[in-house]
Amino acid sequence: MTKSDTRILAPQPGLPAPTASWHDRKGLVQIGLLALLLLAPLAAHFLGHVYYVNLASRVTLVAMAAVGLNLAIGYGGMVSFGHAAYFGLGGYVAGISAYHAFDLTPVIGWPVAIPGSDSMLAIWLVAIVVCGLLALAIGAVSLRTTGVYFIMITLAFAQMIYYFANSWPTYGGEDGLPIYLRNTLPIVDTNDALTFFLICFGGLTLSLALTSRIMKSRFGAALTMARLNDTRLATAGIAPYPIRLVAFVISAMITGLAGALYADLNGFVSPTMLSWHMSGELMVIVILGGVGRLYGPLAGAILYVMMETLLGGLTEYWKLFLGLVLLLVVLFAKYGVMGWLAGRERHE
Amino acid sequence: MSDAVLTLAHLNKRFGALQATSDVSLDLREGEIHALIGPNGAGKSTLIGQIAGGLKPDSGSIALAGREISTLSVAQRARLGLGRSFQVSSLAEPLSVKRNVMIAVQALQGHSFRFWKPVQRDESLLAPAMQALERMALAHRADTPVSELSHGERRQVEVACALALKPRVLLLDEPMAGLGPEGSARLTELLEALKHEVPILLIEHDMNAVFRLADRISVLVAGAVIAHGDGAEIRGNPQVREAYLGD
Repeated sequence: MTKSDTRILAPQPGLPAPTASWHDRKGLVQIGLLALLLLAPLAAHFLGHVYYVNLASRVTLVAMAAVGLNLAIGYGGMVSFGHAAYFGLGGYVAGISAYHAFDLTPVIGWPVAIPGSDSMLAIWLVAIVVCGLLALAIGAVSLRTTGVYFIMITLAFAQMIYYFANSWPTYGGEDGLPIYLRNTLPIVDTNDALTFFLICFGGLTLSLALTSRIMKSRFGAALTMARLNDTRLATAGIAPYPIRLVAFVISAMITGLAGALYADLNGFVSPTMLSWHMSGELMVIVILGGVGRLYGPLAGAILYVMMETLLGGLTEYWKLFLGLVLLLVVLFAKYGVMGWLAGRERHE
Repeated sequence: MSDAVLTLAHLNKRFGALQATSDVSLDLREGEIHALIGPNGAGKSTLIGQIAGGLKPDSGSIALAGREISTLSVAQRARLGLGRSFQVSSLAEPLSVKRNVMIAVQALQGHSFRFWKPVQRDESLLAPAMQALERMALAHRADTPVSELSHGERRQVEVACALALKPRVLLLDEPMAGLGPEGSARLTELLEALKHEVPILLIEHDMNAVFRLADRISVLVAGAVIAHGDGAEIRGNPQVREAYLGD
């Protein structure tokens, strides 16, 4: 490319940036975020700071949970204030399964005995299925409403599950349930902090790739239209409700899988994971990063956990500063950190 | 009427004390443009709502190609071949013109629960969408976001979306509304070219367009059809002149 070409292709004020260079910049930001997330714990590992490797795992899992939520909020226009239900349920699947594996008692004794298991693969599968079924039930009811009512009804369902977990003594009630031995995978040692981080990192990249692929497909086109103009979608002959419901279920499955890993990271699951604070935290991360931006949840999670760690070390009132940052983002960077770093999203 | 594609029979709709649709019966035949005219508040929009599926009639029947559709949803009616445009454009603003039309092609091809293949370079979606856009003389705007289109162009996209459904019936709700004389003449020309391909029920205020396009005209006043006929008959009908044409 000659110099004069570059000048012509440079974004001019008032005109949309040429697609090619815009893609380049977005791609660079995305690769940069992933590289940062991957390299920081590697460096920490070789410097012997296990704490920071685990912190990176936390960022990764919170980001993954938010990727799930972003599919509902950002791509589907369904503002769920109850995604902690799936995050926590995924966590409880890991916790309960490990508890029974440790105890050598069945999870369910009748009509068929289902034993506990400390196999992550089995736990992930169950977490995905169970969270999908829960989201199917909750979504089927909630998606009959819109707007504020949808927000409130998803919150109400999640709170029901929270209070249930809080008051059910079998699995620790409000004290929560410890996972004494981290669940296992064939071949690799999940107790190694870096190995566990890489598993989480794999989960995050997979959910990002899945979201990207889905949104480019016919289903994604229909979901986008359901968000932008559901009358247009119905007029074309596609009923919006089933499209939204399926997206809601996929969203919950991703968040649920992140929850199962999160319980294993902490070696502990408690109703806190199910509480509305958790739902709010995930929402804040999505908004910070940029609603409906593929890498928004990752950018948001990095920012959130960094603020929590750095400011939280200085003052217990760190959420005041989080509030200020959120305020600034909402007021001045409408498209979140990703919009600020990579420019506005353009549809093809 | 054996060749009627769309038949409304004794349709009634009441909002409280207001009889918005009063015993309306009319039909749309293969190969014709049937215009529905009437002053503001005559109940045209209510009638369209009932045909397209947003409103449920209190009584009466609506048949599309011999099939009763008055209890079906908007999406179901669309799948049976009812294409429509809106009085106020209803498109996805940030998306390109192409993508707006492609969703109709996708709907026509069957279910949307396909999660893997990207739509962006899917020729089976793109080609029919471009064809519909060409019919509306808008192929050159395919990649432009709808938000950057003129009012008239949006109308053309709406009709292209409806055409991409390969509809058995086109229901056009005031397509000329808000267009200048030039835009109106242009759209009239484009619609004239469609005339024998798909029957059109045209709800319109623009009398020039109506008299030029319509084979038959029905006049709606206060929810009831007060006159039926071709252009000359309607122009000569004293009742219509009094109620609508303003003499």
